[in-house]
Amino acid sequence: MSAAEIVVDGLHKRYGTTKALDGMSFTVQPGRVTGFLGPNGAGKSTTMRVILGLDAVDAGTALIEGKPYHRLRQPLSHVGSLLDAAALHPNRTARNHLLWLAHSQGLTARRVDQVIEQVGLTSAARRKAGGYSLGMRQRLGIGAALLGDPPIIMLDEPFNGMDPEGIIWMRGFLRSLAAEGRAVLVSSHLMSEVQDTADQLVVAGRGKVIADLSMADLISAASGNRVNLRTPARQAAMTVLAQAGAKVVATGPDSVTVSGLSPDRIVMLLNENAVPFSEVSAHRATLEDAYLELTRDAVEFRAAAPTEASW
Amino acid sequence: MVTGSVTPYRSGQRDGRDGFAQLLHSEWTKFHTVRGWMLGMAAAALMLVLVALLAGISSDQRGAPAVPTGPGGEPVTDNFYFVHQPLTGDGSITVSVSGLDSSVPEGLGELRPGVVPWAKAGLIVKESTREGSPYAAIMVTGSHGVRMQDGYLNDRAGPVSAAAVRWLRLERSGDAITGYASADGKDWTRVGTVHLELGPTAQGGLFVASPQSVEGMGTTASVSTATFGDLRLQGGWTGRNWAGEQVGGESPSFAGYPPPAAGSFTRSSGTFTVTGAGDIAPAVRYSLPTAGTLGNILTGTFAGLIAVVVVAALFITTEYRKKLILVTLTASPKRGRVLLAKAIVLGAVTFVAGLAGAVVAIQLGERLARSNGVYLFPVTSSTELRVALGTAALLAAASVLALSVGAIFRTSAGAVTTVIAAIVLPYLLVANPFMPADAARLLTRVTPAAAFAVQQTLVQYPQVENPYTPYNDYYPLAPWAGLAVLAGYAVASLAIAAVVLRRRDA
Repeated sequence: MSAAEIVVDGLHKRYGTTKALDGMSFTVQPGRVTGFLGPNGAGKSTTMRVILGLDAVDAGTALIEGKPYHRLRQPLSHVGSLLDAAALHPNRTARNHLLWLAHSQGLTARRVDQVIEQVGLTSAARRKAGGYSLGMRQRLGIGAALLGDPPIIMLDEPFNGMDPEGIIWMRGFLRSLAAEGRAVLVSSHLMSEVQDTADQLVVAGRGKVIADLSMADLISAASGNRVNLRTPARQAAMTVLAQAGAKVVATGPDSVTVSGLSPDRIVMLLNENAVPFSEVSAHRATLEDAYLELTRDAVEFRAAAPTEASW
Repeated sequence: MVTGSVTPYRSGQRDGRDGFAQLLHSEWTKFHTVRGWMLGMAAAALMLVLVALLAGISSDQRGAPAVPTGPGGEPVTDNFYFVHQPLTGDGSITVSVSGLDSSVPEGLGELRPGVVPWAKAGLIVKESTREGSPYAAIMVTGSHGVRMQDGYLNDRAGPVSAAAVRWLRLERSGDAITGYASADGKDWTRVGTVHLELGPTAQGGLFVASPQSVEGMGTTASVSTATFGDLRLQGGWTGRNWAGEQVGGESPSFAGYPPPAAGSFTRSSGTFTVTGAGDIAPAVRYSLPTAGTLGNILTGTFAGLIAVVVVAALFITTEYRKKLILVTLTASPKRGRVLLAKAIVLGAVTFVAGLAGAVVAIQLGERLARSNGVYLFPVTSSTELRVALGTAALLAAASVLALSVGAIFRTSAGAVTTVIAAIVLPYLLVANPFMPADAARLLTRVTPAAAFAVQQTLVQYPQVENPYTPYNDYYPLAPWAGLAVLAGYAVASLAIAAVVLRRRDA
C-alpha cells in the first residue's frame, strides 16, 4: 500500500464554546476518490482549511506528503484545492484569474491555457468572471486546482450549483483524476453526490470521523448484500436462486430482492437456467439510509446548534 | 481494496518557482488585470494635473508690477526710507542712534505705539536706489540689537547694547565694507566685513525700515521713527545735500504706511529724524501674497491621495470580501511575504503614477502661471526634483498605509475612512486660516499629514518676522523629515498588519 498523501491526525479546534473539530483523524490515499461526507457543521470545511494552513488548530496535525502545508515549496504543485467557487474578483477575466495564480508559482500562460481547455472554458476565458454561472465558476475553480498538476486534489462541495450535465462531467473528471494516481478528496453533505464517484468514504459528524470505510464495504453493510432483480419469469427466477442458497423475497409482480448472492453470480445462474431478466442491480436505496443512520447523531446536534451554512 | 498497486501521481510538468520575484509578478498581475484599479491610479495622476491647470487658468495677474529680485535672483523686499547722497570711492559714515519708536494701526487711521522686533534704523551703502540692488548696512533693531546685513539674505548679530544711544559706523574701502558698533562713540567693535561690487559711485546714508508686524494669525503694517545725531562723513562723499526718498514705494512687496503715517525726514541742528516703513530682506509669504509656490500648483495632491487610498484599500479588502484571500494564501502560505509583495507592487505603481502626475502638473502649472503673469517663488531644479519625487513618495507611502489598514480592518469602508481621517483631515484643518498656529504645527509634525512638508519650497528666515504656519506653506519639519513621519506610519502599520495576518485564521 502506498503512503497516504494526506494525514489528518487528532485535530481539535474551538470557536468560543463550540467545538468545531473534536479529534478529526483520517488519511487520504492516492489513486482513489475519497468522499468526505457529513451534515453541514460536521467540520468538513474547517478540516480542509486546516489542511491548507488557512486556519490554526488548538491541537493535532494535518500533513501533506509528510509536511505541514506551509512548508511546501510551490504548494499548488502539491495540492490543488477549491474551497469556494465564488472566490473571484468579478472584474477580472477567468484567464487573468488563473494567470496571477500561475505567476505565483512561476508557471506560464501556456499552462493557464492548457487548464482552461481541460475544464472546457476556452470560449469564455476572456470574459469577466463576475458574469459566470455557478457551474462555470466551479469549472474555473477546478482549473485553478489543476494549475500546478498536483498529485492531490481537494474540493469542498464541488457539486453545489451544478446542472445535471455538469455533475456528470464532474464525476467523470474526478474518476479520471484518481485513475491517474492522484489522491482526490471531495466533500459533500449529500450521499447521492458521491455514491457513484467515491472509492472511500470518510463520514464526519460533530467534528470527528464517525465512519471511515470503502464504498464497497458500505454497500455490503447497508444493503446486506441484497440485489434487486427484475424479471418477467418471477417464479422461475425465485426457484433457481433459492436452490443456489439465496434468500429471495418477492417485492412486486415482476421484481424480487435477493440476499446472499453477488450480482455476478445471479446473472450467471439466470443465464445457465435460461431465465429471462431485464435488470440486476445492487439494492441502492439503503445506501442513503446507512448514511443517515451513521450521521443521525450529528444531524440532531446540528439542529440544536447550527454553526455552518454552506447550502 | 484497490490501493495495493496504485502508483501515486507525479506530474510531468517542469518545475516552476515560488520565490519572492514570482510573488511580486503575481501581485502585479492581480493589480493590472482589474481595470478599475488602473483607472483609479490614472485618475490620481490626473487630479494632480487638472488642479494644476485649474490653478493656472483661474489666476490672472498680467500687468501686475514686477517682483523685485536680489543679486541671486531671489525675490526680495527692498522698501525703506533712505536719506542719501552719493559716495564715490572709499569713505566712511558714523552716526549715533537715539530712540527707535514703532507704531502699529489701531482702528481706522489711528496709531498706537507697538513693538516691531525687526524695525531697522542705521547706515546703508547701496549700489543705487533701484529695488533689489546690492547693499550692506549696519543698524539697530527693535528687539534684536545691532545687526549687520547685506545681500538681503545675510544677517550678522553685533553687540547687543542696552545703552539708549548706540553708535554705528559703516566704512567702504575698495570692495570691502565694514560695519562697527559702539556704546559710547569711543570704543568700537567690528561687527563684520563684506565684499561687494557697488560700482564707482554708490548711494549711502541713513535709513529706517519697519516691516509688517505679526498680529495673531496675520500681519499688519507698521511705521518706525528714529533719531540720528553726531553725523560724521569721511572720504568720497560728493553731495552737499541729503535727499530723502522712499525706496520701492510702488513695489508689490510693499504694504505701505499705516495711515496717517508717511515716510519723511527732518534735519535740525545736526539731528536727523527719519520715519520709514518696509523692509530690506528676502521676500516671504506675507510680503508676496500673490506669488505662487510649487506646493500651490500641486494642491491636487490631496484629491489624488483620496483616489490612491481607495484603490490601495480595495487591493486587499476585495480579497477579503470575495474570499479571494483563501486562494492567495493557499498559493503563497507565507503571509508576511504576501503582504510585503502587495505593498511593494502597490507602492511602485502609485509612485510611478504620482511621479508622472507631479512632473506634468509642475511643468504645465509653471508654464500657465508664468503666461498669466503669476510670480512663482523660484526653486532650483534639485528642489523641483525633490518636490516631484517627494509627492510621488508621499502618495506611495499613503498607499502602503491604506493597504496595511485595509489588511487589519478587512473592510474598505473602515480602512478608507481611517486613512483619510489620518492624512486628509489634518491637511484640511491646516488649510483653515483660523487654525491656531501651534495646533497647525503640531498636526503637521505628528500626523501623517506632516508629509506635505515634502512639497514646501519656501524658506524660513530668522531675520524676517512672518506667520511661518503650515497654512502659509511653511511646515515645521524639513521636507524629507515630514515624509519620514508618513513613511513611519506606513511601515508601522504594515508590521502590525503582518502580525495580525499571521495570527488570524484566513
